[in-house]
Amino acid sequence: MSLRSYVITRVLLTIPMILLLLTIVFLIVRVLPGDPVLLHFEKHADPEDVQRLRHNLGLDKPLYAQYADYLIGIVHGDFGKSMQDFSSIGQQIFSAFPATLELAIYSIIVAVTVGILLGVTASRSYGSFEDHAIRAFGTVAYAIPVFFLGMIFQLIFGVGLHWFRTGGRIQPTLEPHGLIVHLSRPSGGFGSVLLFWCPVGLLALAACLGVLRRKGVKLWPKGLCISVSVLLASWLILSSLAWHFASVGRFRLATGLYTIDSILEGNVVKLVESLKGLVLPCLTLGLVLCGIFIRLTRSNMLETLRLDYVAAARARGLRESTVVYGYALRNAFLPVLTMMGLQFAALLGGAILTETTFSWPGLGRYLVDRINFRDYTAIQGAVILFGLMVALVSLVVDVLYAYLDPRIRL
Amino acid sequence: MAAVRSMLGKFLPGISSLARGGSAGRIVLVGAAIVSSIILMTLFSPWLSPHDPVAINVGPVASPPSRRFPLGTNHLGQDMLSRVISGGGVMLQVAILSAFFCLIVGVPIALLASYSGGYVDKIVSLVMDSFYAFPGLVLAIAIAAMLGRGVINMALSIAVVYVPSYFRVVRSQVLTIRELPYAEAAKAIGARGRTILLRYVLPNLVASIVIIATVNFADAILTAAGLTFVGLGVEKSIPDWGWDLTDGRGLLLSGSWWVITFPGIMIVLLALGFTLLGEGLSELLNPRLEH
Repeated sequence: MSLRSYVITRVLLTIPMILLLLTIVFLIVRVLPGDPVLLHFEKHADPEDVQRLRHNLGLDKPLYAQYADYLIGIVHGDFGKSMQDFSSIGQQIFSAFPATLELAIYSIIVAVTVGILLGVTASRSYGSFEDHAIRAFGTVAYAIPVFFLGMIFQLIFGVGLHWFRTGGRIQPTLEPHGLIVHLSRPSGGFGSVLLFWCPVGLLALAACLGVLRRKGVKLWPKGLCISVSVLLASWLILSSLAWHFASVGRFRLATGLYTIDSILEGNVVKLVESLKGLVLPCLTLGLVLCGIFIRLTRSNMLETLRLDYVAAARARGLRESTVVYGYALRNAFLPVLTMMGLQFAALLGGAILTETTFSWPGLGRYLVDRINFRDYTAIQGAVILFGLMVALVSLVVDVLYAYLDPRIRL
Repeated sequence: MAAVRSMLGKFLPGISSLARGGSAGRIVLVGAAIVSSIILMTLFSPWLSPHDPVAINVGPVASPPSRRFPLGTNHLGQDMLSRVISGGGVMLQVAILSAFFCLIVGVPIALLASYSGGYVDKIVSLVMDSFYAFPGLVLAIAIAAMLGRGVINMALSIAVVYVPSYFRVVRSQVLTIRELPYAEAAKAIGARGRTILLRYVLPNLVASIVIIATVNFADAILTAAGLTFVGLGVEKSIPDWGWDLTDGRGLLLSGSWWVITFPGIMIVLLALGFTLLGEGLSELLNPRLEH
């Protein structure tokens, strides 16, 4: 199978997956015991209020009509209205999105960096005390509830040492004037944003791929080139989506990622302030996720270091660090890349708890807030966005993997 | 007494052979020791805990560890030591119940799908894959939000998350076993599909099912803690480590480290115990997987 037909098949397979995902969420909210409207009012429900809310949200229609409305709405980027105040859920979740994206990006960087470094160290000193200690660390890291680790970090580095803030993304004085949606912007909804920005992102992706492939293959490991360009392109797509919904406030928002924005603006104070809020959550989430990367890197490196070409590189008198990081790690990297895709779902689950721990105003915090308000339509919207993100990432990773390893396409 | 001694006589050689059985055996022993001591502590908690774990104002409010209250007290003046001793019940119940739900749902579905093959298999696999692709905690949160509080509801919402992993493991095992010569031989002597499935295939699945269940225990405990943390746990009147950890957030900024530390360590220990048990068992029962 050529790469192109593999990509087409994989994209086509994603459509029923997403449809199933949407159906599952719909069924959970509408069909599971527990009427969302009654639950919303708790015990003291006035029948008239219940009826009015039902009518306003379209929940008095027959189930199949609700299902059709729901699917058509999602396709148009309409995630429905909040039960609490009838505000647009789509706008709220997309304005919370950059915070989650920033947390996710830096956490996965922490997880992969720590995982690879410790994994390589363990494999180089196989069977030694160091090796056992690193393995034990990986196992324990897996067993820690992410919010417990977060609270310990808050206690030590926030309350005790005052190095970092214990919550929030940025000091209130530097806060952008709320991530409020531009009301003046012609409202074409989510669909028009996609139509406008996706081609830009895809073009950038294609350009990156083309240039890097021609120039970079021999200079860099192929996988690194491609993953960097895909990260760039997906960042462009996602951040432009976020930008569309975010206004320009005291903190000039270009991407919605505070660290990047402050660099773009050239403002060191803001960079330091945003890092003070960012370090602890990312460290927490990254360390909890790094266990699997340690294990994977270690076992792959153990195999790779035994291969002939590594011995040949050593025999040529190359430095040991060049042999390990330049030669062996390059081959052991591919499974790590796949694992990054697989761990994305776990990352998002951890992000919900991390955001709640650190009052990080992202999608997970929004979800938990809405749970406390019993705002079921908003919960549904946030859950759908989480599911869509995972579907998208697994698509990208699969395609990437097929490109890097042609055997997958067979 | 004699019965106990004869039981011990049968049991102890097993332990010593495990201890001699290399690192996997030792891992299993450590995991089993942690898990069983936590289970025993929870079972005997009414006799072990010095104070009533849910009684408020037993001591001063939010006092650090002292001789009278070795693990301190929380903001309601409840004794943390008693709460730590008796707080494991919820998580253990949720983990065991969810594994039970997974078993009675996941295994039969997998057996049927893999044995009937064709479109049934394809469709069921697709549905299971789309569940699998969902972030587990998000799915559990969505379901728990609809079902409401309580141990059974928590267990149900966690079970939905882990049924697909049972399905995957059992399905791939059945597909392998079914091609083995002895299963083919059973077919050749004219055994019915149901007989082959129940009498020839199922017994060979037990090892993999035990492993996946043990590994999922750890995940279920962490997910249960997460559900509690976002406000979807059990009623506050039941002592629970997850709830103590959630509640302790309010005292965090005043530096009351003892309120979260001890329940947190207990959750880590329990999850760690099940992880070690699962890993060790999978190495012992499935040595081929390692190579």
